[in-house]
Amino acid sequence: MISGAEIMVKCLEKEGVSVTFGYPGAAICPFYDYLYRSEIRHVLVRSEQNAAHAASGYARSACKPGVCIATSGPGATNLITGIATAYMDSIPMVAITGQVNSELLGRDVFQEADITGACEPFTKHSYLVKDPAELPRVFKEAFHIASTGRPGPVLIDVPMDVQQAKIPKFTYPEKAEIVGYKPRTEGHVMQIKKALKAIEEAHRPILCCGGGVVLANARDEMVEFARNSGIPVCATMMGIGVIPMDSPYYLGMIGMHGRTGANRAMQQADLVILCGARVGDRAVSAPQQIAEKAKVIHIDVDPAEIGKNMAVDIPIVGDVKLVLQKLAAQVKNSVPQEWLDQVFGFKKTYPVRGEAREDFVEPRVFIRDLSSMMEEDAILVADVGQNQIWCARNFNVKEGRFLTSGGLGTMGYSIPAAMGAKIAKPHRQVVAVCGDGSFQMSMCELGTICQHEVPVKIIVMENGRLGMVREVQDRIYEGRHMATILDGDPDFVALARAYGIRSALAKSNEEAKKLAAEMLECDGPYILVCSVDPETPTI
Amino acid sequence: MKYTLSVLVENQPGVLSKVSGLFARRGFNIDSLAVGVTENAAISRMTIVVNGDEYIVEQVEKQLNKVIPVIKVKVLQPGAFISGELALIKVSCSPKQRVEIVNIADLMNARIVDVTPTSLTLQSADTAERTATLIDLLHPYGIKEICRTGTIALEKGADPTRKN
Repeated sequence: MISGAEIMVKCLEKEGVSVTFGYPGAAICPFYDYLYRSEIRHVLVRSEQNAAHAASGYARSACKPGVCIATSGPGATNLITGIATAYMDSIPMVAITGQVNSELLGRDVFQEADITGACEPFTKHSYLVKDPAELPRVFKEAFHIASTGRPGPVLIDVPMDVQQAKIPKFTYPEKAEIVGYKPRTEGHVMQIKKALKAIEEAHRPILCCGGGVVLANARDEMVEFARNSGIPVCATMMGIGVIPMDSPYYLGMIGMHGRTGANRAMQQADLVILCGARVGDRAVSAPQQIAEKAKVIHIDVDPAEIGKNMAVDIPIVGDVKLVLQKLAAQVKNSVPQEWLDQVFGFKKTYPVRGEAREDFVEPRVFIRDLSSMMEEDAILVADVGQNQIWCARNFNVKEGRFLTSGGLGTMGYSIPAAMGAKIAKPHRQVVAVCGDGSFQMSMCELGTICQHEVPVKIIVMENGRLGMVREVQDRIYEGRHMATILDGDPDFVALARAYGIRSALAKSNEEAKKLAAEMLECDGPYILVCSVDPETPTI
Repeated sequence: MKYTLSVLVENQPGVLSKVSGLFARRGFNIDSLAVGVTENAAISRMTIVVNGDEYIVEQVEKQLNKVIPVIKVKVLQPGAFISGELALIKVSCSPKQRVEIVNIADLMNARIVDVTPTSLTLQSADTAERTATLIDLLHPYGIKEICRTGTIALEKGADPTRKN
C-alpha cells in the first residue's frame, strides 16, 4: 500500500524535480514527511509568495517547471501574487498546496481557503484532488500543461485525507492524454509562405521580439533570422536578451520606458513582425496606429494572443523556435539600406543617458559599468520600479539572461527570483537589482539565502523614495509626494551584517565600480548598497 | 449582434465555473448559458449565447479554447442551426380570462401545465423569438413568474459537432 503523500513525492521524482521551494503547515505535513525521505532538495523560504517567485526564477533559468509548495489557507493565499506574477509572464510552474480534509471542504474550518477558486484567473489550469488514485494522472498532466504550448502556472490542491489515504500501488503514466489540450507547434506552411512574401515586398520591416522568444528557447534561431534577413530587431521588456544588445541588428527596447529610436522605428515601419510578443500596453501604447500603417505578421504559440491587442494580417500559430527556423532558412535579405540608415541613425540621435557622479551613484552609469564587469552568461534580475528601467535600458545581456516581473510588475520579485535562478545555475553570476522599496518587500529572504547558502549578489539602489511613483506625482499631481517618501529605512549594511552577509555602501560611481568588483569576486552572498540621488529620472 | 456558440466540455466538477469566470473576467456578455450531458456521459455541451461583435466572438472562441477541459468550440452560423428553449410562465388568470389565455397557448404551441382559480402556468418549448412573442401576449394579464432554460442549439444536417 502507498499513501497519497508518498505518491506526490514519487510523481515529483518521476518528473525529474530536484529542487522545491516552500513553507510547511499542518495540512501539507503528510507530504513533507515523505519529502523528508526523498533526495529532492527543499528550500525553506520566509514567506510563501517568495516560494512562488523563487520557483519562477528557477524555472526561467533551468528552462523547466519550478515547483513551490504551501499549506492550506493563508499559506495558499500568500502564494497567489507569485502565481499571478508567473501567469502574466507565462512561466512554467507547478504549485502544490495542502487543503483541509475533503469531508470538511466548504465548512470554513481552520485554515480553509478555496484556493483553486481564488487562483482561477491566474492559473493555466488547476486541480482539487479528491481521490489519491488520481494523483499520478494529475501530476503528469500538470507538468505537461505547465511546460508546453504557452507555459504557465498549474495549481494542485490536495486535501490532507487524500495525502494520508492509501491505495494498492503507484504507477506513473507515460504521457498526459488531455482531450481538449493539443497545443499547435508547427507553423502553417501557407502562412509561412505568405510571411516570406510580405518580407520580400516590405520597404521598412522591423522585428519585435517578446518573452515568447525567450520561453521558446529560440535565441539562436532569432539571431540567425535577423542575420539572414537583415531586418532590424527591437524587443519588449520581456524580450530583452533575445539578441545581444551590441548586435548590429538591435535597436533596443520599445515601449513607455523604451528607447525613443526603437519606438520611432516601430511607428515608421511598413511591416511589423511580432514574435512571441503580446503587444501589452506598456510595450505598444497605440497598437492600432501601427497596424493602420504597417502590415503585421504575428508569430505566437497562443492563438488567443493573435489579434487580441493588434489587428494582424498574417497570423502564424506555432512554436516560435520552429517557425523562426523555417523563416530563417528561406528568407532573403531584401531590406533597403535607406531604412537601415534611418533606424540605426535613430540609435545615434538618442544616445544613452546619465553621467558618472562623485556625490551619489548615478544608477544608469553604474548599471552599464556593472554590465561590462559581469560574465558573458550572467543572470541579472531586476525588481520593479525605477531600478527595473535603469536595468532594462542599460544592462547588456550577452549570453546570459535578464529576468524581471514584466507583466504584473510585482515589487519584491528580484531577491527570491535571483535565489531560484542561482540554485538552477549555481556556476553563473546572479545579481539582483532592487530599490530600497522593493528590497524591503522581500528582505526576509536574507534568512533563506544564509540558511541554504545561496550566494546571490544584491544591489540596493537607495534613494529613500518609491521613485517611480514619486516621479508620477511630480508629473501629474503637482509634486504632492503622498506616501512615496521612505523615511525609516534601516542601515542596510548593518542589516546585512546582522545576517552575516558581506555588505558595503557606495556613495559615488567610482566607489560603486570598485565595490561591484569586490562583490562579483567574493564567494558568498553580498549586498551592495548604492546611495542614489532621489532626483535621478527613470529614463 | 447575438452569436450562438456550441461548446463541448469534459463533464467534471468546476468546468462551469471556469467558463463563467472567464466571461466575467474578460468582460464578455452572456445572454444565456445552458448545460447538459451529451450522448457521451463524459462530455457535456454548453450552448452559450453571446452579445457582441465579430472581435468579441473571436476572442470568446479563442479564450474558451484555452480552458483545458474545453474540447471543442463552434460558433454556429446563422441559419445553419436549430435552437430552442424551455420556458415556464405563470400568469394571473381569473376564470373568465381562462379561454383567452388557452387560445394564446394554442396559437403559440404552449401547454398549460398548472391551473389554479387565479393563475395558469404555461410551458413553451420554442425558439427565443417565439418565447418572447408569447411573453408579450401574456403580459397584459399580469405575469407572476417566468423561468427559462436559455437557448440550446444543434447544427443542421447529419454531421455531429465533433467528428471522431
